[in-house]
Amino acid sequence: MIQFLSVYGEKLIIALLEHIELLAITLVISLVFAAALTVLAVYSHRTGSFLVHLFSAIYSIPSLALFAILIPVTGLGMPTAILVLVVYNQYLLLRNFIAGINEVDPAIVDAATGMGMTRMQVLKNVQLPLSRRAIFTGIQLAVISTIGIGTIAALINAGGLGDVLFDGLRTMNTYKIVWGSALSAGLAIGVNAALNKVQRRLAS
Amino acid sequence: MATEAIVFNDVSKKFNKAGYYAVDHVSFTVNEGEFITILGSSGCGKTTLLKMVNRLYEPDSGRIILFGEDISTVDPVIVRRRIGYVIQNIGLFPHMTIADNIASVPRLLKWDKDKTEARIDELLLMVGLEPAEFRRRFPSQLSGGQQQRVGLARALATSPKIMLMDEPFGAVDAITRTSLQDELLRLHGDLKKTFLFVTHDINEAFKLGGRTIIMNEGRICQFDTPQQIIRHPADDFVRSLVQSAVTQEKFWEGIEIGE
Repeated sequence: MIQFLSVYGEKLIIALLEHIELLAITLVISLVFAAALTVLAVYSHRTGSFLVHLFSAIYSIPSLALFAILIPVTGLGMPTAILVLVVYNQYLLLRNFIAGINEVDPAIVDAATGMGMTRMQVLKNVQLPLSRRAIFTGIQLAVISTIGIGTIAALINAGGLGDVLFDGLRTMNTYKIVWGSALSAGLAIGVNAALNKVQRRLAS
Repeated sequence: MATEAIVFNDVSKKFNKAGYYAVDHVSFTVNEGEFITILGSSGCGKTTLLKMVNRLYEPDSGRIILFGEDISTVDPVIVRRRIGYVIQNIGLFPHMTIADNIASVPRLLKWDKDKTEARIDELLLMVGLEPAEFRRRFPSQLSGGQQQRVGLARALATSPKIMLMDEPFGAVDAITRTSLQDELLRLHGDLKKTFLFVTHDINEAFKLGGRTIIMNEGRICQFDTPQQIIRHPADDFVRSLVQSAVTQEKFWEGIEIGE
């Protein structure tokens, strides 16, 4: 194990960094889209529930199938992987964002509107701060899901920890399989623990 | 002649899918400085009527005129910022301190900081809460009665000419309610604002209101002073309403309150 590390250590670190890069880019794009779509949903409830239904339908397609469908359209590599991951995240993010906003006590929204806040002011000053836990839960789910599905993205040449894992499977190299799964699981668990800490601070 | 603060001109409102009018061709005039209570059982349209004044609901027909201005021609946000609004569930923002709650509308209007801070203290004193003690607290740290006082202070922040109150004391205990009612009467006497106060409690309606609107099934049954309503009920509904209050009172007759 250790000897493997001294030979392949650099490759493992590169794979880990690639994975984190995939996660970061996906997350930023996902949040921008989800924020815009949430604002849209606040103005029109019908659009909101349509979007959630649409993305839940897409979310139910297995990731491997979705990658395969997109290869003829957007080709192999990281952009396709990011596209798929962003679309998956929209379901997790939107559903939690919209649910959180709708759960805010209607009396409070009524009071805010009645005192003369615009729709955007009600959202920004009242609904968002009061639904920050649901919003954060959505982000946390999206992060964990991106790390997991991101591993499979290696199959379409997107790089990352999946590369190590699938390499190991192909060549029956136990070290690679163990290191690949340990690092991707470790990344997910580590990030999740860090986010849990942030959430506990939000709750207080 | 007194200034006409609120004029309803043949106003109707029907909600989607409902086969009846929530507010059915209603007309009335309220003069500036009056304390008007709106009395009726739940579902009679009193809250709908109130919410049309600050355009939370839009009438299907008719005109609503505030101080000579047809409000359908004014941006709803502007209309609402000119009107104080207090609701039963208080609607204080739980994530903001008492001071921030009260400062909500001044901040929307971009008042400067010193003016806002001074106003917060002034309002807290006005509703009988010590600023130093309450400014930094959160709504959950206050009793129901205290929260309602903050709700009142928040609605009064920019000194609106019209105050709308939707069963504001519905959720507080009897003793607190009595003291809040007395305080509201004192405030009204000092401030000379026009109050529109919705309640389903006939005693509250007659205690607070200079005049009372009695509503049933979307229509105004009678709009007069409490004395006139008691002496000359306009129809059977008003008569039975007054009768029910009298029957309730009878329970207390002949009972001495012990020491």
